[in-house]
Amino acid sequence: MSILGNRVLRVEDPKLLTSGGTYVADVRVPELDGAAHITYVRSTIAHANITGMEVDEARQAPGVLGVFTAADIDLGVPPLLPMFNQAMARPLLADGVVRFVGEPVAVIVSERPEQGADASELVWPDYDPLPVIVDPMESARDEVLLHPAAGTNVVLALTYGEDPNLFDGCEVVVSEDIVNQRVAVVPLESRSAAAAWVDGRLWQWSSTQNAHGVRDVLAGQYGLDPAAVRVIAPDVGGGFGAKIGVTPEEVLLGWLARRVGRPVRWSETRSENMVAMGHGRGQWQKIEIGGRRDGTVEAYRLTILQDGGAYPNMGALLPWLTRVMAPGTYVIPRVEVASRAVVTNTTCTVAYRGAGRPEATAAIERAMDIFAFEVGMDPVEVRRKNLIPADAFPYTTATDAVYDSGDYEEALDRVLEGAGYQELRAEQARRREAADVVQMGIGVALYVEITAGPTAGSEHARVVVDVDGSATIYTGTSAHGQGHDTAFATLVSSRLGIPMDKITVVHGDTDLVERGQGTMGSRSLQLGGSAVFEAAAEVITRATQIAARLLEVTPGEIAFDDSNGAFRVAGGDEPGVGWPDVAGASKFDGTPLAASVDFQASEPTFPFGAHLAVVDVDTETGQVRLVRFVAVDDAGRILNPLLAEGQRHGGIAQGSAQALLEEVCFDADGNPVTSNLADYAAISATELPSFELIAMETPTPINPLGAKGIGESGTVGSTPAVQSAVVDALGHLGVRHLDMPATAERVWRAIQDAPSGKGA
Amino acid sequence: MEMTLTVNGTSHTADVEPRTLLVHHIREGIGLTGTNVGCDTTSCGACTVLLDGQSIKSCTVLAVQVDGQSVTTIEGLAGADGTMHPVQAAFREHHGLQCGYCTPGMVMAAVSLLAEQPNPDERAVREGIEGNLCRCTGYHNIVQAVLSAASAQEGGS
Repeated sequence: MSILGNRVLRVEDPKLLTSGGTYVADVRVPELDGAAHITYVRSTIAHANITGMEVDEARQAPGVLGVFTAADIDLGVPPLLPMFNQAMARPLLADGVVRFVGEPVAVIVSERPEQGADASELVWPDYDPLPVIVDPMESARDEVLLHPAAGTNVVLALTYGEDPNLFDGCEVVVSEDIVNQRVAVVPLESRSAAAAWVDGRLWQWSSTQNAHGVRDVLAGQYGLDPAAVRVIAPDVGGGFGAKIGVTPEEVLLGWLARRVGRPVRWSETRSENMVAMGHGRGQWQKIEIGGRRDGTVEAYRLTILQDGGAYPNMGALLPWLTRVMAPGTYVIPRVEVASRAVVTNTTCTVAYRGAGRPEATAAIERAMDIFAFEVGMDPVEVRRKNLIPADAFPYTTATDAVYDSGDYEEALDRVLEGAGYQELRAEQARRREAADVVQMGIGVALYVEITAGPTAGSEHARVVVDVDGSATIYTGTSAHGQGHDTAFATLVSSRLGIPMDKITVVHGDTDLVERGQGTMGSRSLQLGGSAVFEAAAEVITRATQIAARLLEVTPGEIAFDDSNGAFRVAGGDEPGVGWPDVAGASKFDGTPLAASVDFQASEPTFPFGAHLAVVDVDTETGQVRLVRFVAVDDAGRILNPLLAEGQRHGGIAQGSAQALLEEVCFDADGNPVTSNLADYAAISATELPSFELIAMETPTPINPLGAKGIGESGTVGSTPAVQSAVVDALGHLGVRHLDMPATAERVWRAIQDAPSGKGA
Repeated sequence: MEMTLTVNGTSHTADVEPRTLLVHHIREGIGLTGTNVGCDTTSCGACTVLLDGQSIKSCTVLAVQVDGQSVTTIEGLAGADGTMHPVQAAFREHHGLQCGYCTPGMVMAAVSLLAEQPNPDERAVREGIEGNLCRCTGYHNIVQAVLSAASAQEGGS
């Protein structure tokens, strides 16, 4: 029996559970012996000219090996993505101007980390303050320019389907201004890296989602051939999108190592991480939706203002993905999306779990809710009426996305049945009737998202069988908690009949893995896994030819048994040969028994699902409690339910956290007020229920595994489901919309201001 | 200051700068890197270890404060023959970890919780691990693992 589809326990876990992982700060190798420590001195002001910098005292401090500012750095400024205004490029250290609190203005190299921290307090920049722009709407007016040479604060503007007559003929048109607030990513391991020059090559250990990407950036910055750079991603303590890119703090390490003639280590503190690693989301949206009184939606306009932070990064590109997914799971004939991304005097925004798709789903699901509210229908029935039917796939949306496969109504039915929707509505009606202090809210959201996109993706794998019958898998994906070792070993074990404990998975080392694109966008199983799967098949083809030669028959006469890895003459009862025999023969011939595959998908895939949240809202205090969460997530064929469920749980928690609690805030002067984990409300175990997961599998035709991505779905669906539940709890008071997060204060104020007076 | 600390049953005497946090002494002084640092405000619990059997956040204790005491870290939890502690085994069985960074602290917090409350219900487990943040699992499988370890201990004793 195949082990595919089974709850195979993770091979990663014994080490993580008994000795802990080996994260960058734990790496103990001879190349890092005697490493010095790096401390960045960060701006304490959001926007200012730097008129001077006193560093002499810091240079004299105990243990200090060097203090450097922008004037010392002779590395180039990393280029921005090509579609951005290049005059907004970010220097490695602030050069004359600081543009956000947390921007590095100087760097200290010291023997010990605490000596660097001490010396950082002896660096004295002189600042001449400039007007601060925190509000993206103010930024968009271009009255104060953050990058004067750019001539504008707009990084990127996109329009799609522009039509001034979009809503002509609609019986009902409703609109709402909503905020998809900025949140912090908070991987438990903050950014960390180390660098050493080894025989003229730059070796960099990095807490990254994409070792090859880091290698290429470093090679570009240092003018080196990529082969002269080795990047190693050891265990990585979470990434969630924020560890895709390479930050200035990391780029500088090789320069600093060369300058002081020693390897260097850098691990930021959490308080640095909260202001200097990228944040997620940050979209101001206007939704306009129109249709008929019977609940049919005919037109939808989404206008986006994306907060890009001080320097353009991945965040400024996210409205593009939001545009692609704007219509969600619905048939909407006319869709218009217009977006602008602008710079502000705040931390840069980057990809965060879902990256542009949760923003799309939150918008369309709010739109469906306010449309249902306006026409006086149950929000579930309005959704059902407009869903893309199951027989319409592949389906091309008004925004030119081609949804590969799906059955949205089935997902909706399953979540309603699993949750007991009618009973929940009855209980809600009872509480409203009784004017209970604690009111119930029910939120339903449907989602579809794009994975392994935005264009057709590819990934590399190499599978090698050694003479002892063991196998090694080299993959270009870069796991940071997803369980690729388990998933890919399972694939190879099931194909080659080699036991799991004789299979090694290698990833995140550019010297060992020829090429790769890392782990992001829920791409790894469907692209990386498909490459592994096909490489294993090629190994069997090669091995069959060798076995035929050994057994003196033609390859067509060989039967391979994938339960034990035996090659036999079909129909005969001879014992045949096994992996050690064929691998040994291959080696004797001078070639290892191996196959390399670059799997190329023809299209992205579109997982989907339906989420239902139930909240209790205390109408006297505004306190919201998430009571139940029921989720149907369909990511095509499931390789390992254990891993898939884990991804769903984590996604649901992060998405719910945005709806309930989490928000990055700055004051009017650009000072971050959520700059550590005491002030930022990272969600804890007490604020969440256990989740009720319902299975559904609609395979995709796009890859041989039939798999879609599952890493981000939970986040995409849960945010609008929880938000909708909170609003629904107040619906009988006349509340139609409430921005996130649903803090007690915000909910209490909404109750006070509600058309139907103060609470129940 | 010279101080002596027993870590996982082995005594270590060292000259420690008074401002050194216990977690840094464990990681850098003693060389056990299983215990992680996740924040600087005593909020995340990644650095949780057992001090004389009780869980503490080792980023909020000065090393010299615990002179003469005994610390257990994640490296000291399994049996001498490598057999996992019931809490470790339950975390694996229930997929209670993903990236693994919060795991050593989370496991130590769970061990301490079950020592105090051998038979907690789900709410008690959630409250018991409230001081330990996990960004990967949504806590669902961690809670399942702790409940399962509790019943395994119950059955075994």
